[in-house]
Formats: sequence, structure tokens, C-alpha cells
Amino acid sequence: MNNDKNLKQYWKRNLRYLLILLLIWFTVSYGCGILFVDELNMIKIGGFKLGFWFAQQGAIYIFVILIFVYVHLMNKLDKEHNVDED
Amino acid sequence: MRTSMDVQTWTYLLIGLTFALYLGIAYWSRVTTTKEFYIAGGGVSPLANGMATAADWMSAASFISMAGLISFMGYDGAVYLMGWTGGYVLLALLLAPYLRKFGKYTVPDFIGDRYYSNIARTVAVICALFVSFTYVAGQMRGVGIVFSRFLEVDINLGVVIGMGIVFFYAVLGGMKGITYTQVAQYCVLIFAFMVPAIFISIQMTGVFLPQLGFGSTLSDGSGMYLLDKLDGLNTELGFAAYTDGSKSRIDVFAITAALMVGTAGLPHVIVRFFTVPKVRDARLSAGWALLFIAILYTTAPAVAAFARTNLIESVNNKEYKLLPEWFGNWEKTGLLAWVDKNNDGKVQYMSGTAITGKPEFIKGSGNSGERLVSNANQETENELYVDRDIMVLANPEIANLPNWVIALVAAGGLAAALSTAAGLLLVISTSIAHDLIKKQIKPDISEKGELRAARIAAGLAIFIAGYFGIHPPDFVAAVVALAFGLAAASFFPAIIMGIFYKRMNKEGAISGMVTGLLLMIFYILKFKFGLLGGGGITDWWFGISPEGFGFVAMITNFCVALTVSRFTPAPPMHIQEMVENIRYPKGAGGAVDIEIKDI
Repeated sequence: MNNDKNLKQYWKRNLRYLLILLLIWFTVSYGCGILFVDELNMIKIGGFKLGFWFAQQGAIYIFVILIFVYVHLMNKLDKEHNVDED
Repeated sequence: MRTSMDVQTWTYLLIGLTFALYLGIAYWSRVTTTKEFYIAGGGVSPLANGMATAADWMSAASFISMAGLISFMGYDGAVYLMGWTGGYVLLALLLAPYLRKFGKYTVPDFIGDRYYSNIARTVAVICALFVSFTYVAGQMRGVGIVFSRFLEVDINLGVVIGMGIVFFYAVLGGMKGITYTQVAQYCVLIFAFMVPAIFISIQMTGVFLPQLGFGSTLSDGSGMYLLDKLDGLNTELGFAAYTDGSKSRIDVFAITAALMVGTAGLPHVIVRFFTVPKVRDARLSAGWALLFIAILYTTAPAVAAFARTNLIESVNNKEYKLLPEWFGNWEKTGLLAWVDKNNDGKVQYMSGTAITGKPEFIKGSGNSGERLVSNANQETENELYVDRDIMVLANPEIANLPNWVIALVAAGGLAAALSTAAGLLLVISTSIAHDLIKKQIKPDISEKGELRAARIAAGLAIFIAGYFGIHPPDFVAAVVALAFGLAAASFFPAIIMGIFYKRMNKEGAISGMVTGLLLMIFYILKFKFGLLGGGGITDWWFGISPEGFGFVAMITNFCVALTVSRFTPAPPMHIQEMVENIRYPKGAGGAVDIEIKDI
């Protein structure tokens, strides 16, 4: 059923995943780590000020998780739309 | 008496063993075809490719300099931490799967084919060569520095030894040899980075994981959090509080963005995703790569904080004569220098530059036995010159760790430098043999001829890189910003639009790349080299430093390309179909199995 409609739908859902994941990507790094760092620094977890923690630790952990989530979502999407390789 | 070996013996032993390993792998993975030479036959597993990418990406600078940089920048160091990791999210989501589906050998291949133009291809080749040469010169220098500091070998001889090793496995094994040596190099470098970090974390905070120790209380009985202590020490000495930093918000934003986008646009990183068999492997291997990189990148800020606290505590206001032995050792290498400005025999360390330029030592010693320098004193009370590289290199000694750990740092630094150099040399050789000779100058060249050309190009590139390693041009540090800026300003927008915007045509893409490039070069010349009118910090556009300007140049590229493409004809039908095709994973074409030749 690899008709145009199926492929269009696949691409649209792919773009939606990208949008959501990149929004999170932006929020944790540029948002929590840079733009709102002073506000978050008011909160302290252990020895870390939260904004500082996002900038030097947290953002990186979330980046890693984002990619693995993306891999999982896309493998599923590929199968559903029958565009996966063998 | 302890029967342990000294540092030098340990260093020879560890470097000898790791080099033998690299050469063995290289011999095992010799290649005979261009496909193997360029992309390792396209049959590398995602996990191995992830490790190789991590080693490729983490250079001598990541290993040796980054933690040191952060320890002097505090919060601002986040630009490197987020900038050099966040780009992998862009790579995984926006570039890697589609470029793998496209299925050619190089980035200029994609640009040239997608924009049906040899001009576009040539612009891409020039950028790839420029970025790669800038980078590789620094790596060769890094090899020389590690050799000279740990083995007291002449720095130039160190560069030559490094050249010999890389020559052997890059020329013989191409991408295949490089990939599998990089896997080994990753293991060496991460082990070498983590062992001292864990030791120090336990020593200072009693917590095993540096990532957690960093936010814990000190184990000196004070019950104080490490970071609070460090903030206090920093402010006391006149520096900005460690967790606050001193750059403007907009500049931190722009630098982070330029480094992220630049990372995603670097040809030696992108090309790694051509080496895996399938589209889904390309996605997965970006995930592995970032995981492996994150291990070092989340440890580095912890090392930075530990090292800074240790340094201040062990030297500030201490009498020079009573300083531990490592101080004198590193003074010998010129990474530390002390001038007793107020003649009290004690080291005063505070904000401000102690002396003008790098220390130039002269004969004789001062009242306390310190090495004398000929540099002019700056008008500050700071008496200590500290090279930031010392933070990683001397850290094990400062923390009094066993000799084998100190030697391990040398082997790790070499692994980081060699793996990155090899990856870059391959991009240079591919750009010349494939993108220039095969695609433009002599399309009818035989497979064998192309392979020979690639090998010769790799060999020549090693010599040029070695030359720059021995005679480092002063501008290397200044052009690293340019390398990222160029990748951000040229490749990234062209590739993104090539995939996500079918209507993008050659006129738009070329004018965008050229504008982005020229703007970036103009800004660097103006604010880094003082040409074209020069200018200081107050003249920066939007308050953005040259390091962050790639972000502005990238946006300009997008705007120009989109505008121009609206007024020029749409790309031909077959190109639009090609774009359609790379969006769906099906039919990426299984790669040929790697043949392991009989040895």
C-alpha cells in the first residue's frame, strides 16, 4: 500500500515527531540552560543550582534520551507505513 | 621502598602497547576498493560506528583542553558542553538518516548532486578542505605536545612519530582501518579520562561517580557543597562566581548555537553515517555516538570543578618553597610560572593576567628558587600564570594519584589526537580523489587509479598536516572559530534545505552558501585579525563574538537562499524525485559484506 497518501502521511508524522523532539531539545538547552538560568538557579538540588545543572549536565542527558526516543518512534513509524528496510 | 615503576617507564609501556594495537588493527583491515577506502564498505555496525564517531569527534582539545577551559570559565563553559553535544540531536533527527539513504560517499557529493551543479560541489569541496586542514593542524600539534611533556622527546620528533602512525593506518586501511582503530582509541581515551576523574571524585567528595560528586559535599569534614566552596573561593580571589559566569546571555546563546550547528555540519562527522548498512542504523549510531561522547562531556565539568578547587587550595597564599613537587615539574614545561611581585615568597593567585604573553624563561632562579621569566609584569596583584591545559594533564599529579594513572593520561591524549587526525585526513583525501578528480577532472579514472589517488592524497595531506604541526601558524586558535562558523554558515543550511525543502534550487543554495561564507570570513577578519577596520568587543554586531557569529551567518544563509529560490526556476523533476526518495528508508540498498582478507 505504498501509495502517495501513505507516504505523505508518513512524512507528516515524521515532521510532527521532529517538531516535538526539537522543542524539547530547545527547551532544555537554550531555555533551562541559558535563557532562564537565573530563575532556575534559585532552586537548588543537592549542591547544584538547577540552571547550572541543566547547562553543564542535564541538557546532555536529555539529548541522549531524545535520540533514542527518536530511534524508537521512527522504527515503529517505518513499520506502520511499510517503508522499513527488509 | 616501593617497587613501582616510574612515570616515564609506564608511559613508554602504555603508549607502546596502544600503538601496537592500532597498527595490528590497521594491518588486519587493509582495503582494496574505493568503497572500502571511503566508507569502510558501508558495513559497520551501529555500535562500532557510534564508538568510532565518538573518537573521531573527541579531539586533543576535548581530551586535554576542554576541562581546563571550563575550570576557568565556570558556567560559561556550558557553551562547549551543550554546543558540542546538542549538534548530535540535529544530526540524528535532521541529517544522518537522509544522507545515509542518499547513499554516496561524501558531503560535497550530496551538495553537488542535490543542487545539480559542479559549482555547488566545488564550493563544498573548498569548505571541506578548509575546515579539515584547520582542525588537523591542531591535532598534530597535540600529538607533539603529549610526547614532549610526558616522554621528554623533542616536540617535532613527536609530531613525526604521530605522522608515521597515522600514515600507516590511514593510507593502508582508509575508512575501514580508521574506523576499527577509532573503536580501540575510544576505549583507551575514555578509560584514561575516567580513571583519574573517579579517583579524584572519591578523594574530594567520597562519591564514586564524578557527575554526582560534583554536586556533593566535600569530604574534608566541613559539610560544605563543593560548588558553594568554589563559588566562595572564586569571589574571594576576584573572579566571577563559578556557577555564574561572565559572558552576556546573547553571546552564550549564539556561541552554543554556532557550535551545535557547526558540529552537525562538519564533514568528518557527517561522513561517518555513510558507513553503516541501513537508514535505521544511521539513526541508532548517532544515538550511540552521543552516549559515548556524553560519558566524557558530563565528566569534564566535574573534573573542571575538582581541578580548580584543588589548584586554588594547594597554591594560593602558600610559600613557594613548600609547594609540592608537581609545581616545579610543570614549571619546567612552561605551563606554570610564578613571579613574586610583592617579594613575600608566597604565591598570590587572583583574577587578572600575571604576565604579558606566554612565559619566556631566562637563566637563573629567583629568591625562592622559582624559574625567572623575561615577560613584563602586568599591573595586577596576580602572580601566577596557569596554562589551562594543565588542568587535565597535571590533575593526577596534583591529586597524588599512582604513576600508571599519570601515564594513562598521555596514552589517552594521544588516542584522542590520532583518531581525530585520521578522520580528518580521510575527508581531505576523499575530497581530492573523489569530489575533484573522479567527479570533475577525470571522470573516466579507473577504480584502481582512484584508490591510488586517494592514497596519495592522504599521504600528502599527512605531510602538510605534519608541517603545520611543527610550524604552527599563529592563527590556528583564531581559525577554529572560523572552522565551526564555516560549517554552520555553509553546509548545514544547504543540507537541511536539500532534504526538507524540495523547491530549493541551485541558485538559492549557492547564493546562500557563498553569502554565509563571505559574511563569516569578513567577521573573523574584522574582529579576530583587526583587518577591514578592526574593532573591539563594543563593536560586535548584536553583541555576538566571532565564536558565535556562525549562528548569524547561518540565518543569513537561510534567508538569502529562500529569497533567491523564489525568483528562480524550480529544480528539475528528477531532482525533486530524488528528494522525495531520500525521505523514505525503504530500499537504501544493503551494503556489501566486509571481506576480511587472509593475513
